This record gives sequence, C-alpha cells and structure tokens, in this order.
Amino acid sequence: MNHKLLQEKLLAAARAHPPSDRVPYAFEKRVLACLPTQTAMDPLTLWVTALWRAALPCVAIMVLFFVWTRTSPGPGESAPAPVANLGSDLETTLLASVSFENELSW
Amino acid sequence: MEPADEDRIAAVLAGDTASFEPLVQKYSPRIFAMARRYARREDEVEDVVQEIWSKAYQRLAGFRGEAPFEHWLMRLAVRTCYDFLRRHQRNRESSFTELTEAENEWLDRFVAAPAEAPEDADAARQLVQRILDELSPDARLVITLLEIEERSVKEISRLTGWSPTLVKVRAFRARAKMKGILAKLARDKYL
Repeated sequence: MNHKLLQEKLLAAARAHPPSDRVPYAFEKRVLACLPTQTAMDPLTLWVTALWRAALPCVAIMVLFFVWTRTSPGPGESAPAPVANLGSDLETTLLASVSFENELSW
Repeated sequence: MEPADEDRIAAVLAGDTASFEPLVQKYSPRIFAMARRYARREDEVEDVVQEIWSKAYQRLAGFRGEAPFEHWLMRLAVRTCYDFLRRHQRNRESSFTELTEAENEWLDRFVAAPAEAPEDADAARQLVQRILDELSPDARLVITLLEIEERSVKEISRLTGWSPTLVKVRAFRARAKMKGILAKLARDKYL
C-alpha cells in the first residue's frame, strides 16, 4: 500500500468537506445568559481602581484626625487646647529624647 | 450603518453587555466550524464555543485594537480548542479492526486502484477522523491547521503562540506520526 498517497487522499477528503458552520437556535442568548458578571481587567486598571477606592477612606480618616487634634484637650487641660499650642506640643514630643539626654549629662 | 466591532467592544467595556450579542451572532458560525474540527459530539462543540465566548468576554479589556477583532478572537478560539484536545486526550490506541464496512470498502478500492478511490466519500472522511483521533493534541492541531485548513506556518505561529520553528518541528513529527498510523492500519488490515 502506498502510504504517502493514502495520506494525501485522506487529507484531500478532509479538505473537501469542511465542517458545518451551523449555529444552534438562540445560541447567542445562551452565551449572554452564561456570561460572567464582570469582565477581567488588566493589572494597571485593577491597580488604578483599587487606588481610587482607597482614596475616599483615606480622606475620611485624615478629616477625622484633623478634627480630633483640633478638639481634643491637651495633657492636664480640661478645656480644648488652644490651636497655638499644637505646634509647640509637637516640638516638645519630637525633642523629648534630646532634652532627656541633656538632662542626664548634667 | 452597523456599528463597527470596536464600537461594540467599547460599549461592552462600558457596561453594556447587550452589545456583546451582535458580536456573538456575527462570529459564531466561524467558531462553530472550527470547534467541529476538534470536538466530535455536538454537546462538546457547544461547550467549547461557549467557553470561547466566555473567555472572549472576560478578556475583552485586553483587546487593544491593533489587529481586527476577528484575528484576536480566532487566536483565542484555536488556543481554547487546543486546551479542549489536551483535556480530552484519548490515551487509547484504537484498533483498525473496528473499521466500518464502508471504510473497509474504501480502503479496498484504494489498494486496488489508488487513483480511483473517491476523495468525497463519507468513508474517507470517517477514516481521517479516526486517524486524527489517534494523534496527540499538538500533532492534531498542526495537521488540521497546516494540511487541512492550508494555513501558512506564520499564520499558525500567530494563532497558536508557537514559534515558526516549533510549528515546523511539530508538523514534521505529526506527519511522521500520521504515516506510522497509516502503516499500522495497513498491517492490521492486510497482514
């Protein structure tokens, strides 16, 4: 048997009869009904979306802290601390370790 | 005038899922024809096509519009069909003693007068299908694309994601494997 010729004949038979392109009735409806709820996004879009979503809570936290620092009373004060004290309080806190070392050197 | 594919894709990405339906209607015939080359049962064909459209919808944001949508979709379809073949790989060597009467007759006619064996016979088509079923997924894919659909190596490379060299190597091996199957067929039947 000539295998090469047989192979050619069989491939020619397959070429001569392409499969049907018939689409079942209402197939597009079935496709649409089974679609996943969301399209997959590329990583960049995903990252940008996540950043935008995180922005609102971050702003809210910032506002809350701002309000809290403005309204909370300072140490040993019963009334709300004056705004002018906020800067000096921060300075005292930051320089606390340096002042402490200076005291020890005496 | 009908909206272009790109407009419909933009609408789908903006959240209008209904705009996906005309795309499904337009390209489903080609996708069904392709899926029927790899899946035999009609329910399997429908599942493969469903999977292709599902993936197309999920990955639509990745379509950058540099090539026509059809090319992008066909690439996705070929790769999904390849995945289907790998999932349904039949690890059995079918015996050619199971040939139908029509297939046996066709082979007898071929042996008696090779040039006169008709290429349009159903038996020849069934025989090809039987031989393709014996091939590994990559061999079957490359034989189908290269020898049956008569696509170029470059085109197959684009569709499958394989390098042109890999396509040629796999085509060479697939042809050799096919010859081996035919030799086995001859041995089983005539020796």
